[in-house]
Amino acid sequence: MGFYLKLIWAYIKIGIFGFGGGYAMLSLVEKAVVGPGWISEQMFTDIVAISQMTPGPIGINSATYIGYAAPGTVDPALASPLWGILGSVLATLAVTLPSFFLVLYASQFIRRHHESGVIKGIFSGLRPVVVGLIASAAIMLMNVANFNPNHIGWQLGVNIAISVVAFCLVFFPIPWKGKRIKLHPILVITLAGIAGYLIYGL
Amino acid sequence: MDQDNHNSMEPAGRAVPHLYWRLFASFFKIGAFTFGGGWAMISIIEREVVDKNGWIERDDFLDLLAVAQSLPGILAVNIATAVGEKLKGVKGSAVAALGTILPSFLIILAIAIFLTPDVIKGNKVISSIFMGIRPAVVALIVAPVISSAKAAKIGLKTVWIPLIVALMISLDLGAVSNPILYIFLGAVGGYLYFRWSRRKLAERKEEDK
Repeated sequence: MGFYLKLIWAYIKIGIFGFGGGYAMLSLVEKAVVGPGWISEQMFTDIVAISQMTPGPIGINSATYIGYAAPGTVDPALASPLWGILGSVLATLAVTLPSFFLVLYASQFIRRHHESGVIKGIFSGLRPVVVGLIASAAIMLMNVANFNPNHIGWQLGVNIAISVVAFCLVFFPIPWKGKRIKLHPILVITLAGIAGYLIYGL
Repeated sequence: MDQDNHNSMEPAGRAVPHLYWRLFASFFKIGAFTFGGGWAMISIIEREVVDKNGWIERDDFLDLLAVAQSLPGILAVNIATAVGEKLKGVKGSAVAALGTILPSFLIILAIAIFLTPDVIKGNKVISSIFMGIRPAVVALIVAPVISSAKAAKIGLKTVWIPLIVALMISLDLGAVSNPILYIFLGAVGGYLYFRWSRRKLAERKEEDK
């Protein structure tokens, strides 16, 4: 039971301090769940990928998935679907409830004061921090587990190439039928999955 | 919360459950069919709430958006809560938030039950697919670093802030690598900077006199 309390507390903190949207939240989530070993680094990256490929906010998707997978990883006695479902319900509620109440009670206050200098000042300080949070999530995922799990030189090269190509595909618009379009992240993940199967699976 | 704010689009009485149901159904649809999280969801929420159902005026929606994105938490859920609150108070916000959360929760739960860490490791096809996906996911998080830096108007004078934050957090040095510390410092620093620049402005005005 103690683990579930820790899970709830971790996600309440993520809900309270998760400024700046899903990607900025990821660095908080990673610190909270990969740090104490609730989820492996690879599983965390996999869950981010699955959260991006399924509909809905990434914060909810990852809370539900991690809440399901973590109890069984931490304690083999909790490795049944029912304990997992309990974890996913608790994590999802814990990440949403703080902001739910904040929006309820603070929306009127901020609506009246969001032109005030104090609020503007606070957010002008938060914005560059949020950029740093997103960057830290990216840096923490640039690790051996994601790029070279088998410690084979050519695989590291291939994985860096996949990463660079994926970045170019989502970041630089490519000309298509007279317009310049950016590829959707879901399409890029799908292409990377196909590449992974062709390179490592055959 | 003041009652005037919950502009009743429906006459009181029997029609009320109907609005709750429509609110739930609208946000359930938004949760079930939008990929890519908060920012991608905004235009779809706007179409549902402002254009299709006429629940909220466009100006009010923009105010509400400013509030929802100023607060921590999941943007789509914050917007749903604020829309529900404006229409039907606490109950309305609970219904709208639940509608947004439920589809992702059910879909992810179904996936999580079958795609456990052991399955991903044990199945050669699945593990090879994820070996290709992992480096791509890292790249997908690098892209918003740059776009958010542009949106936050990061320049030569402010670029040290995200650099130090990213470095300290990823170095993994225990308490000083806690992201919450930097969120707190950012808020306090922003507030102090505001007070300092206001005082400078006042001093300059004094000098001009």
